[in-house]
Amino acid sequence: MAINMVEPLYEVSRNATRCINCRICEKECSNLVHSYDENLKAMISDETKCVNCHRCVVMCPTHALKIVKSDNCFRENANWTQDSIMTIYNQAQTGGVLLSSMGNPEPFPVYWDKILINASQVTNPSIDPLREPMETKTFLGAKVPDIKRDENGDIVNNLPPQIELSTPIMFSAMSYGSISYNAHSALAQAATKLGTLYNTGEGGLHKDFYKYGANTIVQIASGRFGVSKNFIEAGAAIEIKMGQGAKPGIGGHLPGTKVVEDVSKTRMIPEGSDAISPAPHHDIYSIEDLRQLVYSLKEASNYKKPVIVKIAAVHNVAVIASGVARSGADIIAIDGFRGGTGAAPTRIRDNVGIPIELALAAVDKRLRDEGIRDKVSIIVGGSIRNSSDIIKAIALGADACYIATSALIAMGCHMCRSCHLGRCNWGIATQRPDLTKRLDADEASQKLVNLVEAWTHEIKEMMGGMGINSIEALRGNRLMLRGIGLTEKELEILGIMHAGE
Amino acid sequence: MQIIDCENKDYTQVCKEVRTSEDVDVCLQNCLGQRYIGAGLNNKTIIIDGVPGNALGAYLDGANIEVKASVQDAVGDTMNAGKILVRGSSGDATGYAMRGGKIYIRDDAGYRTGIHMKAYKENFPIIMIGGKCGSFLGEYMAGGIIVVLNLKDEKQIVGNFTGVGMHGGKIFLRTSDLNANFPPQVKCEIATKEDIKEIEKYIVEYANDFDIDANKLLSSQYHILKPNSANPYKRLYTAH
Repeated sequence: MAINMVEPLYEVSRNATRCINCRICEKECSNLVHSYDENLKAMISDETKCVNCHRCVVMCPTHALKIVKSDNCFRENANWTQDSIMTIYNQAQTGGVLLSSMGNPEPFPVYWDKILINASQVTNPSIDPLREPMETKTFLGAKVPDIKRDENGDIVNNLPPQIELSTPIMFSAMSYGSISYNAHSALAQAATKLGTLYNTGEGGLHKDFYKYGANTIVQIASGRFGVSKNFIEAGAAIEIKMGQGAKPGIGGHLPGTKVVEDVSKTRMIPEGSDAISPAPHHDIYSIEDLRQLVYSLKEASNYKKPVIVKIAAVHNVAVIASGVARSGADIIAIDGFRGGTGAAPTRIRDNVGIPIELALAAVDKRLRDEGIRDKVSIIVGGSIRNSSDIIKAIALGADACYIATSALIAMGCHMCRSCHLGRCNWGIATQRPDLTKRLDADEASQKLVNLVEAWTHEIKEMMGGMGINSIEALRGNRLMLRGIGLTEKELEILGIMHAGE
Repeated sequence: MQIIDCENKDYTQVCKEVRTSEDVDVCLQNCLGQRYIGAGLNNKTIIIDGVPGNALGAYLDGANIEVKASVQDAVGDTMNAGKILVRGSSGDATGYAMRGGKIYIRDDAGYRTGIHMKAYKENFPIIMIGGKCGSFLGEYMAGGIIVVLNLKDEKQIVGNFTGVGMHGGKIFLRTSDLNANFPPQVKCEIATKEDIKEIEKYIVEYANDFDIDANKLLSSQYHILKPNSANPYKRLYTAH
């Protein structure tokens, strides 16, 4: 018999004096790690199946469990790391493409962490957001530079459709299918309570969620799942997905096992059938073709909805964004290479694309240089982890930010990065009814509301510290940023000075 | 019936006039390349004299469109319901991601016809092509029916890569001598009487629309293409 070269990455550490053999860990683990041994009269573990999601750790009533990194090791080698060796065993065994989930975990530079924010001292006094009005309201959409007046001198409203947000934070696209009904429900409810928007992702819109339309972005990708006239008209804006930061250049693929009855209804494809979104839109080979899709959607929605075009941050992102701005899109969403995903080939996730910080700075500069920055708003995503990332993004030129991984973590995700297995123990990235019911939509939505409210308050505090009382005055205000430990080239691309300058 | 003269009007003007017309029946004259005509409409019958531009009837939601000439690319893009009848040929990406309704083309269709078509319960899209098709016919097809009638009885009626990535739906090719290579995802067989029964009503309707003999079409031999599996890429991946 061939040897299966699977070695456990983690160890389940079970404190025998605390364990009461209640078997809750066994019931909670969809990966079937825990079981009860009748002979030993004790719980045992098969750690090869453990994904380190901490469900058992959190649910254990006596805190008898912890998951620790296995100290089992290969002979040390800086080049042939354990992961390099083990992925070869895996692929030699299966012949498969390595598939993984969530954003790029590799140790690339995180530029957010090398940027510092300014504050006022003495002159230009700081502002206390608890006592003074502080504006975070954000409008997304094309702006018109010229004010038109009628014969009476009154202003004619010639503004194209806009999205109004109470705070520059939106929930990024995650499809129903990749995440559960309850997770979608939580996002929709939270967006409505917060006065912001969530995004359907490319899997259509469940009939129960049409009522949240005013706080919904409907997404259209190459597979056009669930796209109908009603769907196009259901949301506050329409997003065309051209690319995704986690997997630039390739499409989506929801395995048939996740296409359960309800997902099949929403996507409008048969149950159990694979949902394949090809890499390109096969009717788009140029900016002119993109313009055709943008305007077909504007025609179909009677010019009442702004159209967002979402692209992945890739090497030529500035030029691409310039083209997109000229395609008639009202808003460009740029997704950085650390953006999450429910499933992506590992090698693509870890090696394709560029950081959002550099992409954003390059795009904003390019559009300003070309005099077309007003024509579009910019949304950025691809690993926004906290409120200071948002402040930095806005000062680099973003109009608003997309968060998704942060939102999942708020709902209970423990970043085990195993969404593609479809067995999410937290009831988020799964369609198994016994697991999806673990996520309480109301509770999860409250956590999302708490998170965004807390971040918004932090944003106000940092704005106040800079003596800025409106998010508009922070936008593109790169003087509020300084780099630390960055090369001249990096500073040049980011368009900021070094700390101390 | 409202008559709209399209001469020297751009598409925004023409589409607006169609959309806001109080008449159910609308006739466009001197149409010359105006795009998006009928986009998303459900309650109109539109007759077009001249050649409309790209994305005719995109997201169509139940309206009927008849074109007295050929049409350009992306006709019926993501249409949901309704019917588009073309008395000529159609360009590339005819019926892209079409999810319901009918597109009947009298002559030929370009590349990528019926790409990504999908069906769900009562939403069942049909594309009928009178002549022949370009490459990539039914690429990524997930549902519905495409029929290539080959009315001129030619030898080569489909191009390369027919049905690549197909994982649902059926493609009927009216020919007894099929001269094409198909990808491994596709199974090609001679259509049985049962199979032809499934498309009989569409053939009769098509023959009626274009005034041709349905019996001849019904008594011919067809090849039928079906996917080998609804999960063509299941074995492609390994969990990391």
